Amino acid sequence: METIVKRRIKQMIKGDQNAYEEIVELYRDKVFQLCYRMLGDRYEAEDIAQEAFIRAYINIKSFNQNLKFSSWIYRIATNLCIDRIRKKKPDYYLDAEVPGTEGLNMYSQVSADTARPEVELESLELRDEVQKQIAMLPEKYRSAIVLKYIEELSLNEISEILDLPLGTVKTRIHRGREALRQQLKNV
Amino acid sequence: MSCPDRIVDYMHDYLDEEITESNKQELKQHLQACPDCEQHFRELEKAIAFVQSTSHIKAPDGFTAGVMAKLPQEKKRLKMGRWFKRHPLLSAASLFLMLMTGSIFSTWNEDQEFSVSKQPNLVVENGTVTVPEGEVVKGDVVVRNGKLNIEGQVQGDVTVINGEKYLASAGQVTGEIEEVNEVFEWIWYHIKEAASNAASLFEGEEKDQSLQ
Ligand SMILES: [Zn+2]
Repeated sequence: METIVKRRIKQMIKGDQNAYEEIVELYRDKVFQLCYRMLGDRYEAEDIAQEAFIRAYINIKSFNQNLKFSSWIYRIATNLCIDRIRKKKPDYYLDAEVPGTEGLNMYSQVSADTARPEVELESLELRDEVQKQIAMLPEKYRSAIVLKYIEELSLNEISEILDLPLGTVKTRIHRGREALRQQLKNV
Repeated sequence: MSCPDRIVDYMHDYLDEEITESNKQELKQHLQACPDCEQHFRELEKAIAFVQSTSHIKAPDGFTAGVMAKLPQEKKRLKMGRWFKRHPLLSAASLFLMLMTGSIFSTWNEDQEFSVSKQPNLVVENGTVTVPEGEVVKGDVVVRNGKLNIEGQVQGDVTVINGEKYLASAGQVTGEIEEVNEVFEWIWYHIKEAASNAASLFEGEEKDQSLQ
């Protein structure tokens, strides 16, 4: 796949806009998914994912063609998501109080749901719950976890995408996993 | 409970598939003997399974079309290339005329030095011109033999001659963006300027062409 992509990129650099359409088709689902899991909102995810493709197009000449295009577009998308998260909403914290639930923090809210008997993994409700819990992760753990478990990328690729040393990526994944364990253990 | 900290580290090493055989054995033995750590480990695995099970979603309909519609206009030089192909004789004639005047190449040689249009809020450093973030530069920006980095906004056309440009995002330039990188294109840039100053001969041709 990367060979086709490389050929299309060469055409793009020559100014052929149609060559880019094929690249967008190839990566749109993955990039959209990444943005959706990062932002938790479909409209915002579409907006940011499209912006990522536009930026990649504009800056294609600065793309190092020895790297994978996928890593590059993921990096642009992740950075845009993080910018959006920082600009728009304050981060959720596990001990933050939710209005109307004085005295209960997110932990106890989550554990209050435990009475629910066996839940089917496919149920919409559960999926929403898991998405909500992912969205509650601090953004630096969230990006690492999403790239690892939803985009199914290797630690090396994640380190390339996030432009972080491998050790830092591991730490973030470990902490992200521990946070998710706390949040999801009673679901 | 006083389990060594390393046990949790081993759990993560295991989940990353980066655990040594001896640590794996130690982890295994510990999990068999320690219900707390065993539960901890199960919870980690469960959390991962949950995250992985969130079904894969697809981009909405019209996503690609939306991207394509928002891309900046196709490069002018591609259109020019087409024009040259359609009008080989006229192209050759006009080039010949331009070269005959001799002015083109002498100007080209004079133009090898770095230069930039003068707007007060442009930052110039080591041959790189930056439109700083948050700044709005008014008027056309022309950079010769240098790099242009647009982080803010330009209200006007951008022309980079024999250099590179970098845009942080779309929609930062209100006018047209043009890069002129080779002698040939550079000549064309001059022809166009001359043409638009004169009777805009080429544009007239272009219109005729589109009517056919
Ligand atoms: Zn233990």
